[in-house]
Amino acid sequence: MKDYALVITEDNTAEIATDKVISQIRVLKDEGFRFVTMSSADLGESVCVVYHMDKDLELVNLKVDVPKGKTIPSIASVFSCAFLVENEIKEHFGVDFDGLPLDFQGMLYNDEEVQRTPFCKIGITRI
Amino acid sequence: MFMTTTVLKNLLTKYATRLYPFTKKETFKDVKGELKIEMEKCILCGVCQLRCPSQCIAVSKQEKTWQVDPFACVYCGICVDACPVKCLFQERLYRAPLAEKDMVLYVQEEKAPAAR
Amino acid sequence: MARTVLPFGPQHPVLPEPLHLTLTIEDEIVKEAIPKLGYVHRGLEKLAEIRDHTQMIQIVERVCGICSTLHAMCYCQGIEALMGVEIPPRARFLRVVWAEMHRMHSHLLWLGLFADAFGFESLFMQFWRIRERIMDLQEATSGNRVIVSVNLVGGVKRDIDAETARWILDTLKIVEKETLQLKSTIMDDFTVKSRTVGKGVLTKEKAYELGAAGPTLRASGIVQDMRQTGYAAYSELDFSPVVETDGDCYARTVCRFNEIFQAIDLIRQAFAKLPAGELAVKAKGLPNGEVVSRVEQPRGEVLYYLKGNGKKFLDRLRIRTPTFANIPPLLDMLPGCDLADVPVLILTIDPCISCTER
Repeated sequence: MKDYALVITEDNTAEIATDKVISQIRVLKDEGFRFVTMSSADLGESVCVVYHMDKDLELVNLKVDVPKGKTIPSIASVFSCAFLVENEIKEHFGVDFDGLPLDFQGMLYNDEEVQRTPFCKIGITRI
Repeated sequence: MFMTTTVLKNLLTKYATRLYPFTKKETFKDVKGELKIEMEKCILCGVCQLRCPSQCIAVSKQEKTWQVDPFACVYCGICVDACPVKCLFQERLYRAPLAEKDMVLYVQEEKAPAAR
Repeated sequence: MARTVLPFGPQHPVLPEPLHLTLTIEDEIVKEAIPKLGYVHRGLEKLAEIRDHTQMIQIVERVCGICSTLHAMCYCQGIEALMGVEIPPRARFLRVVWAEMHRMHSHLLWLGLFADAFGFESLFMQFWRIRERIMDLQEATSGNRVIVSVNLVGGVKRDIDAETARWILDTLKIVEKETLQLKSTIMDDFTVKSRTVGKGVLTKEKAYELGAAGPTLRASGIVQDMRQTGYAAYSELDFSPVVETDGDCYARTVCRFNEIFQAIDLIRQAFAKLPAGELAVKAKGLPNGEVVSRVEQPRGEVLYYLKGNGKKFLDRLRIRTPTFANIPPLLDMLPGCDLADVPVLILTIDPCISCTER
């Protein structure tokens, strides 16, 4: 299948640790990649955050496993447009991002009375 | 100066709009209108209830009824495609507006015993 | 100079959908803009946990009314890639026809709203009158005017026979003629130009770095269109992306206007090359694995991330719509412009907030 529907396998996805995220993204930015988006999925004990980058219509993915309750550095220092999607992941999955410039405090979509993260089965409640 | 031609053209040609409700537009063939069922053919299998994405159909095998909520239905046509005996169909006209929400219930009559 | 904080939206005559911006202005020049979303959040992604993967097509189509078939197409493409299903060639060409019809009706809708944004209401009515013909085409071929529900996992549900194809091509000739009559009104008019030329400039580097998508990106000079990857039947059709270089509101208008003619040309090519054959292939099994699927919607590039684990329900469905990607460039364009230009600038990114906040 061509690049319009890309099945995630080892050749186009790299699994990295949380402290190497910013340096890897910076390397990709210098090579000319464009930030597309971030996706996240609930894996029970941890949340898996996937970064999608694109150059000339070819996708490259970076997968990071974040245990629940730990923080991950925000890439808003490298790509300033990432603040919006990081706010959404914070609100839906409870992942804490370090250094988020514009923080909606988990109220981007939901109101203040919604106290739990909607997508996780074992989630983190807001104080 | 070129407004005059436009004004004259608009005055002398016929209406650009349809004079509803005196003339109504004829709907196209295969338009997804109101959902109806031919109750004699229905075998009460419940496949339409399983496949409906908005879960608006309720089939009861004991009471031999088929019920649809016309206000929850999104008129997608999945039940029409999934029915094994093809007893569901969609009309060409859309459902008329109603003053209050109501369910539509079809009851299957007892079949007369076959004549000897 | 004293600073005033003004709320813009969520109810505004120019906005088709609710979006709130907190504008900080100083002497009628905007200094800062902070967005606030959440007025139409329906939580559709969570429905993937309780509806099986074939019922999700109906849910995904209703994320946005203007680009509904393209959402379903992207979803079906992703599931077909996961299950290893190859759709028949006739289905691929028919998907192109419906996708281009959607693009035309979306751009005509946008052109009408854009004319209404600076008060040109009669042009708004003229564009929407042309758009009614496209809605008739959609109703005749698929049964619905707005939510065109023709995609299945494995192909399409409905066919277009030769007589309908001839009628479609005749209607498109009339649409082309009528749209060309309006070309000089929107592109050469002095008032339109004085409100759009030079306003809201997005430079090439900024557009690439901030992750813009669609005509917002292409009007700044970057040649990128998802249709170049060749999904559906685009690899067999001859087209090149419409690109402008100025990056202001006028360039974005010209880009969208020219895409209408490109869409008409693509439909003509698709009908000329339409092969005979079956419409859909039976797809057996359940999706297992992760896939990223992308399609070019009228507003830009949409990305679907699907994760299945072999059961009836999908594990995760994530949708990133083009307006979500265009909001950071909008927040970059707004500082420095006049207060009276804010509605025009917000409309040039083609905001579809119900897509953004599914």
